[in-house]
Order: sequence, then structure tokens, then C-alpha cells
Amino acid sequence: MLTIRRDLVDAIIAHARRDHPDEACGVIAGPAGSDRPERFIPMINAARSPTFYEFDSMDLLRLYKEMDERDEEPVVIYHSHTDTEAYPSRTDVAYASEPNAHYVLVSDAIEGETQFRSFRIVDGEVTEEEVKIIDGE
Amino acid sequence: MAVEVRIPTILRQYTDGAKSVEGHGDTLAALIDDLESRHAGLRDRLIENGTLRRFVNVYLNDEDVRFLEGEKTPVSDGDVVTVLPAVAGGGPA
Repeated sequence: MLTIRRDLVDAIIAHARRDHPDEACGVIAGPAGSDRPERFIPMINAARSPTFYEFDSMDLLRLYKEMDERDEEPVVIYHSHTDTEAYPSRTDVAYASEPNAHYVLVSDAIEGETQFRSFRIVDGEVTEEEVKIIDGE
Repeated sequence: MAVEVRIPTILRQYTDGAKSVEGHGDTLAALIDDLESRHAGLRDRLIENGTLRRFVNVYLNDEDVRFLEGEKTPVSDGDVVTVLPAVAGGGPA
């Protein structure tokens, strides 16, 4: 289960809408081992594409060094789907490389509904999990 | 002296959980071959058909080796090599 603060959920959805029609992507870092997403880090989609996202390689290096220095890890890795439901695509599964992360997908593609869903992706296997939204900062 | 290689979480299964390992070689490819001799399986996760995999980023002292000479990039003792899988995906389900 992913437990996440409401303001972080709102921040992800706002980022997805801001970058639409391109896919938006980013990380919420948290203390290593805590499983607690705390620090919202929107990333630039270097692919600038409605059907693909990729962190810029230098941004990626800076991000991981910073998390390392702060003893953090990527608790949530999020991105948006702009034309399909919020479910991991084959590409998402193929490149998922953080077995401990919650992979969050958001989508506005289904009319009248914002989907916010979380998955574990381990060894090519996708497992959806419950999302528990809590108040407070 | 040796080259320090920082290993991402997902590849630590090949290094007994170590976050960083040491190796030798004149080029990145030779270094990876050297690592493979002690950490079997690692090379295949980095190299495909003789070149670096598209969705694995390798940095030599904070420079992306794609902007250097890829797997042929020269390395020397004291260098730090960092491996990070790309964070990428997207598209139709």
C-alpha cells in the first residue's frame, strides 16, 4: 500500500496537467527505508513526448547524488499517461528499475475522472496496490 | 588504485548487496569485463551486442559516457564510474 499526503497527490496531478499534452514525470523522495514519500521533485521529461518519458541523464545523476547525500531514496516514481488509462504500459514495465519504489500513474484520459493509481513493478510483474491519502504536511 | 564503480539498487544482486565495487581496465568495456569476472551477470545488464544498453546510463566522473566514447571511453585508476538505470517509460498500454 502507498500512503501519501494529499498535498503531494495534488502536486503530481497539477504537474501532469501543466505538462499536458506531454507526459509529466518526477519523483517523491523519502528517508531511506521509511517508505514515506516526503520531498516532491518534478523532473523534466527529456523526451518531451505525449507517449514517452525519460529523465534527462544529467538530471538523473544530480537527483541520485542528492538523494544519496540526504540518505533518501525514490519512494514514488510518477508519470502521467495522456491518452490511456493510468496503468503501466509495456514500456513502463520494461524499464522499471526500482523494485522498492511505488510507481504512480495519473491520467485524465478517461473522461470526467482523474485516475491516480500506484503499482509495484518487480521483475516485469505489475501489482496494483491500494493508495491511502492522508492529510497534513 | 582502481576504478570505483557505483552500483544501483537493482544491480546489487550481482555484487552481494555492495553499493560500490572496484575494478581495473583501460577502457569502460575492459573494466566491465573485469567486474564480470567477480560479479557474474553484471555485464549482460550493461552491455548488449558489444555496446552499452540504451536504457542504462553510465557516467565517468559525472560525465555521461555517451558524450565521451561510450564503452570505449578510457578509464584510469582513481576514476569513479556511476551506473544508473534510465527512469523512462510511458505510452499506450
